[in-house]
Amino acid sequence: MEWRDQGILLRMRRHGEGSAIVDMFTAEHGRHAGVIRGGASRKMAPILQPGAQLDLLWRARLEDHLGSYQAELMRSRAGAALSGRLALAGLNAVTGLLAFCLPDREPHPDLYLRSERLLDLLGQDEIWPLAYLQWEMALLEELGFGLDLSCCAVSGALDELIYISPKSGRAVSRASAGEWADRLLPLPAVMRGEGEAGTGEILQGLSTTGFFLEHRLAPSLGNTPLPEARGRFLDVLTRQK
Amino acid sequence: MRDTSTSEIENLIALMAKLPGLGPRSARRAVLHLIRKRALLLTPLADSITEVAATARECLNCGNIGTNDICPICEDNERANGELCVVEDVSDLWAMERAGVFKGRYHVLGGTLSALDAVGPDDLRIPRLLDRVPAEAVTEVILALNATIDGQTTAHYIADQLSGQVRLTSLAQGVPIGGELDYLDEGTISAALRARKEI
Repeated sequence: MEWRDQGILLRMRRHGEGSAIVDMFTAEHGRHAGVIRGGASRKMAPILQPGAQLDLLWRARLEDHLGSYQAELMRSRAGAALSGRLALAGLNAVTGLLAFCLPDREPHPDLYLRSERLLDLLGQDEIWPLAYLQWEMALLEELGFGLDLSCCAVSGALDELIYISPKSGRAVSRASAGEWADRLLPLPAVMRGEGEAGTGEILQGLSTTGFFLEHRLAPSLGNTPLPEARGRFLDVLTRQK
Repeated sequence: MRDTSTSEIENLIALMAKLPGLGPRSARRAVLHLIRKRALLLTPLADSITEVAATARECLNCGNIGTNDICPICEDNERANGELCVVEDVSDLWAMERAGVFKGRYHVLGGTLSALDAVGPDDLRIPRLLDRVPAEAVTEVILALNATIDGQTTAHYIADQLSGQVRLTSLAQGVPIGGELDYLDEGTISAALRARKEI
């Protein structure tokens, strides 16, 4: 078995004395692990950092074997990630969530493209938080927990959609919320691609996506808690508010 | 193939082969060399290993490895100059000591934070570090952690915990001594460019 693909490195762990097992999010093969011989060497250390874009050649005798990678660096994102606190926390949140959510060997080409674009924006702190919020919404959608923000779930109204139902993930208008308003989640305009993308609104949006990640997606994966890296990213963003 | 060695020697070869940098072949060569230099190498090595096995321990204060509860660096009052250098591993501490330029004290974390591997602050010596800073009247904490994603994530976490209490610095990142730009990865080049200085 052999294939060639591109991938984003999610995590790397040493295997034996000189090798490494890497967890890659590839364009056509989804999340896919493999061994890199000599991957724990000093020469490979700057290459095998989380977020790195690698050109990969995977080989194994049988398809369900772990297999080994030959990897060549296409784009290192370590420089951008190490340039600032927000970028570093953001990179950890993205790679942490992908490693947490994605099933093994199931292609998600759209999510891959969005993740690649998001990581290419690392270091641009003015636009990155909004891009990250949109990416989390795409992540939920890709994994079957998409939010329907097109119209009010109760009345079908298109105006004043300011809440999301925690049960259905659908938008609810101010008028329809009535006495249930305090049980609904906030829907900042920025989640619908409207209004000002201030840090406060983005944090509000992330609290809503966080609810669905924690209470819908995580239980479907076995109730494991969300990666701490996401919480740390929110802390950094909150401090910058 | 017929076994040409006794089981004790085979056992020694098998143990040596587990050491970093050695495989079964090189372990066999090393053991043969030791046996041939029995008086000069093998006996002193065996004595030394026995002694270290009985006495080696982690310093209760900083995590360095020594033969007493408190390591010589922590016991040296001249090194209590208010500077505390935080490193990931004992090997990093030894590397800093080889350079001989740092005259303060150290704190060995014993690893880096890793959400993916479930390594949290309490799994490292971070709580002890937070206790040491006020207790030892530390004025500057130097975060000498590796220039990796995990290393710098840990550095930022510690910086957040100690923010406002003490001066916080980190090691510079850039072109190593003897390094040629052509052979550097793009991450190092961009870090070096950002940290450029006037000459």
